[in-house]
Amino acid sequence: MAQIKLSNLRHSYMPAPKGPEDYALKEIDVTWRDGGAYALLGPSGCGKSTLLNIISGLLMPSEGQILFDGQDVTALPPDQRNIAQVFQFPVIYDTMTVGENLTFPLKNRGVDPATIKRRVDEIAEMLDVTDMLNTKASGLSPDNKQKISMGRGLVRDDVNAVMFDEPLTVIDPHLKWKLRSKLKELHQRVKATMIYVTHDQTEALTFADEVVVMQEGEVVQIGTPVELFERPQHTFVGHFIGSPGMNVLPCEAKGDRALFEGHEVMLEGPTHGDGGRTDLGIRPEYVGFGDTGIPAHVTKVSDIGRHFVVSAMVGNTALKAVTEHEVPEPGSQVFLQFKPEQSRVYRDGWIATQERAQ
Amino acid sequence: MRTENQRAWFFVLPVLALVAFNALVPMMTVVNYSVQETFGNNQFFWEGLGWFEQILRSDRFQAALGRQFLFTFLILIIEVPLGIIVALSMPRKGFWVPVCLVLMALPMLIPWNVVGSMWNIFTLPKIGLLGYFLNDVLGINYDMTQQPISAWITVIVMDVWHWTSLVVLLCYAGLVSIPDAYYQAAKIDGASPWSVFRYIQLPKMKTVLTIAVLLRFMDSFNIYTEPFVLTGGGPGNSTTLLSIDLVKIALGQFDLGPAAAMSLIYFAITLLVSWVFYTLMTKDDAQ
Repeated sequence: MAQIKLSNLRHSYMPAPKGPEDYALKEIDVTWRDGGAYALLGPSGCGKSTLLNIISGLLMPSEGQILFDGQDVTALPPDQRNIAQVFQFPVIYDTMTVGENLTFPLKNRGVDPATIKRRVDEIAEMLDVTDMLNTKASGLSPDNKQKISMGRGLVRDDVNAVMFDEPLTVIDPHLKWKLRSKLKELHQRVKATMIYVTHDQTEALTFADEVVVMQEGEVVQIGTPVELFERPQHTFVGHFIGSPGMNVLPCEAKGDRALFEGHEVMLEGPTHGDGGRTDLGIRPEYVGFGDTGIPAHVTKVSDIGRHFVVSAMVGNTALKAVTEHEVPEPGSQVFLQFKPEQSRVYRDGWIATQERAQ
Repeated sequence: MRTENQRAWFFVLPVLALVAFNALVPMMTVVNYSVQETFGNNQFFWEGLGWFEQILRSDRFQAALGRQFLFTFLILIIEVPLGIIVALSMPRKGFWVPVCLVLMALPMLIPWNVVGSMWNIFTLPKIGLLGYFLNDVLGINYDMTQQPISAWITVIVMDVWHWTSLVVLLCYAGLVSIPDAYYQAAKIDGASPWSVFRYIQLPKMKTVLTIAVLLRFMDSFNIYTEPFVLTGGGPGNSTTLLSIDLVKIALGQFDLGPAAAMSLIYFAITLLVSWVFYTLMTKDDAQ
């Protein structure tokens, strides 16, 4: 187990990158504590798999350093970094039995047979595959195969980190949930640093203590699931996390107020900076209905089970609100109230308000 | 609710007719000849299984069959490992991929009788480039028209030259279908290059390799044109493989009965070996 530090990491797939747009991974500088559970979250092509491959050593970064417990491992090949990786599609050795699959990484490292047996039995028990140890791995179902590839990483008790590259992609939905809780349980038992790459916010938010949200090769926010939800640092985070995502409404900013479609909106605090594209960000959960407020025209109401999603128009701008009780009729006129401590201004996507001191 | 009728059989008819005309009917005429004796004039006499017995007991057939098995065995143990090695060393991506593929495909595009003539001219002592080089430059006594060993080596080398590409291309197809993640996982698991071959590449190549070996077996077991053009079955009978012998009997001596019986035995052996081999190779998958 180790603390992982990425220091000024950059990567480009081109031989001679010129501008920042040539980089698949732009300037990353983070420290992950030993034994933590982290998720890299972002849409396809945001550079999260690139980052993962750099950490595991399958890819050499163009610039920067990777440190495991302070030791520079940037130039080390994967087998010397002592990491484990679980891939999107289960990778198992078809001709071997489940037991042989689990033994393989230890055998390659010359571990003595007694230790191998103890570790394999232990991991098999954790993964609930003890009864399959002698069956051929090729005939297993995808979720069991994925468990075995996880197990191959976990049998080594000296792994610095276990990495997951969208490991639940090929798993049936009803098994996804099971495997996810298994993962969480494993993390608590083996206490290895785990890094989980996904584009699924539910997976990221349920698995990780801390989520790294990425967009176009850039880290836009690192935070706990609650932080990402409550105070997105970037409109992308607001939009990507949450369902429906945050309302991003064009506005003008004036001190601690925003002017949205001619209506004044109280913000969480004073804005800073000026110029650029200015947006008001507020989550649908914090848009309420009242007798006074911003007049809006309800266009659609969707019942999504636990609550209702109300789509409305304010002037020419569409926005969404989430409500559990007072459901307006489609076509009716309502008054919207924005919760001030959850209303923020973003300039060119980045947050531009300060939280008012309590 | 299910309605049952026999209409589906009509849809099979065209295929049945086709197979009947290009396989069953010709085959049955061979069966017909194999149990009869003729002295010309379209007069036939019942012979029973006599021809079969005669063929199976004859030294000539047994010798040809032995040579045939030896030939097939030799080219298989050379071409299959060689094909795998070449496929493994071919680049997986980049500029050289199409170049390699075209180079590999070239020998297979040459008509079989041209291959025979090419190697004949190439290896003739005094005239041929290789023959001249071996005899007059290196001083090795080599003459495929006179020495059985030289003739055998030439026939084998020619077949390896002509057909290893098939094994290469099939194996290569199997190799490129292996996702990168397998190699990455192996790296992380600390696998040696041999382990990567043994546990990733070979299992993934198994299906195509089965096909490659089967095709090479059948083709080499039925080989005719190239050795016939190259050596004519000589010197003596030393490179007279089964098919060459068969043609000698059928067309040279015009012994239709024995030739027909021999064809059927030949066919049965090919079928039997292919079946046994295929069953063995695919046995694991069925479990």
